Amino acid sequence: MTSLPHTRGTARLGLVIDLDICVGCHACAVNCKEWNTGGVAAPLTDLKPYDADPDGVWFNRIHSYEVNGEDARTVHFPRSCLHCEEPACVTVCPTGASYKRAEDGIVLVNEDLCIGCKLCSWACPYGAREYDLDAGVMKKCTLCIDRIYNEHLDEAARVPACVATCPTSARHFGDLGDPDSKVSQLVREREGYDLMPEMGYKPTNKYLPPRPRQRDAASIGAPALEPLPQAGGLLGLIDRLLSG
Amino acid sequence: MHPASSVIVFTTLSGVGYGLLGWLGLYAAAGLLPMQPLFALVAMLVGLGSVTVGLLSSTLHLGHPERAWRALSQWRTSWLSREGVASIVTYVPALLFGIGWVIGGALRDWLMLIGPVLTLCAIVTVICTAYIYRSLKPIPRWSNGWVVPNYLALAAMTGALLLAGLARVFVVPLSGIDILAGVAVIVALVLKLGYWWSTDRAKAISTPESATGLGAIGAVRLLEAPHTSENYLLKEMGYRVARKHATKLRIIAVMLAFLVPLALLIAAWQWPMLALPFTVVAPLIALVGVLTERWLFFAEARHVVTLYYGRRLDPAA
Repeated sequence: MTSLPHTRGTARLGLVIDLDICVGCHACAVNCKEWNTGGVAAPLTDLKPYDADPDGVWFNRIHSYEVNGEDARTVHFPRSCLHCEEPACVTVCPTGASYKRAEDGIVLVNEDLCIGCKLCSWACPYGAREYDLDAGVMKKCTLCIDRIYNEHLDEAARVPACVATCPTSARHFGDLGDPDSKVSQLVREREGYDLMPEMGYKPTNKYLPPRPRQRDAASIGAPALEPLPQAGGLLGLIDRLLSG
Repeated sequence: MHPASSVIVFTTLSGVGYGLLGWLGLYAAAGLLPMQPLFALVAMLVGLGSVTVGLLSSTLHLGHPERAWRALSQWRTSWLSREGVASIVTYVPALLFGIGWVIGGALRDWLMLIGPVLTLCAIVTVICTAYIYRSLKPIPRWSNGWVVPNYLALAAMTGALLLAGLARVFVVPLSGIDILAGVAVIVALVLKLGYWWSTDRAKAISTPESATGLGAIGAVRLLEAPHTSENYLLKEMGYRVARKHATKLRIIAVMLAFLVPLALLIAAWQWPMLALPFTVVAPLIALVGVLTERWLFFAEARHVVTLYYGRRLDPAA
């Protein structure tokens, strides 16, 4: 059903992405592709992968921005499905292929029902949905639903592939519906925000803003280095000759 | 937005067909429908034919056309689904109306009853089509109050022009159809100009700053795109038409869809000797004009996802 669930559980699984920490290495996008091309939405088709203009389905795209102003900086910006509370991608679906899970808020596509009309991708402001030209169906981030509930994996590995692989821990996974969860606390402490709130989609995923830039090296209380004593003998002679 | 030819043909032809059927229903309701079987047969075939070809065309851009029937299920939330249901429901009064009209005779009263139902169904279907676009918030050129009146007016206009041409060919009295067509052309022209005037000036609500949430630091500029070649998002949502081409195409659309057909209607009234060729050519030229207009409706529309790729939505940008 593409009606949004009437009775919803309290859980809102999602991601918190720290733009202060992300170094733009694309590891999350690569591991996402790696896992999901064998996962529930497999394959993530690549067309002409070895040509000049390859084109393929990815659930995660890493943009890099230059932000100008007094506090100018470069910000690396991973972009993926935000698993919105008001996902118009779901309600516009004419077949019931797109749906939002009542129990945890994850937005999914049932590929067996999808007719490939692409309307959901038009309805998404965030570019989260990419059409698989080869399969003729729409594909999107599943929040690695085949990892997070997978009892065959070690408990530590039951997080989305992008979170598992991030070398700088810029990505956090958890229940944003629980105000006491670690991710909710992080959002409160760091003033996490929604992308394009003016669209009214109420994204679940939150972004943490870059911290103010430090202009001077912090004082760490260490004394200044003392000058080295003058060496004598042969080494002292060489030192004097070379310094001269 | 990528101007897919299947969708351009679908919205234009279904508009023509529903416009024609809608006017026929009104004429029947007013008791002014000429009971001439051959005219009835051809008018119904043209009306239902346009609608059917349009609907079939719309399935051509689907990844799985064989599953198109599933699109009828989600009418509670989806305008695309509602459009599908409304278009199929409209076949019922259309076929009943057509049979009654072709057979004629004692069924005249029946037509007065079923006519308004047909008109209502045709209007509802066109509104549903327009709302597929009207309801998409990420596309500012579509998500505004001008879209639905434009679709309705263009459907009424093309339908009336076609009906006027057919009435002339079959030499049947369809009182006032030329005047109705002329008025519809003027109304549609005013609404189209209003759409362009308004959407060209609309201030973009979303910006690269609101899309990334980095506006508090400063102006956001794309430094590195996520990928080196165009992906689905840019091919589907990032279509761009050069402004100089768009201006020329708007002039062509205004000429062919509105001004030339209007001139032909006036010429037909002025020189009755040439009324037949003029009224027959008018809807054909208008059709080419509306196809151009519909191409622009897609090609000029910008999607907010392009903000992530460093573009801006302001028409001036």
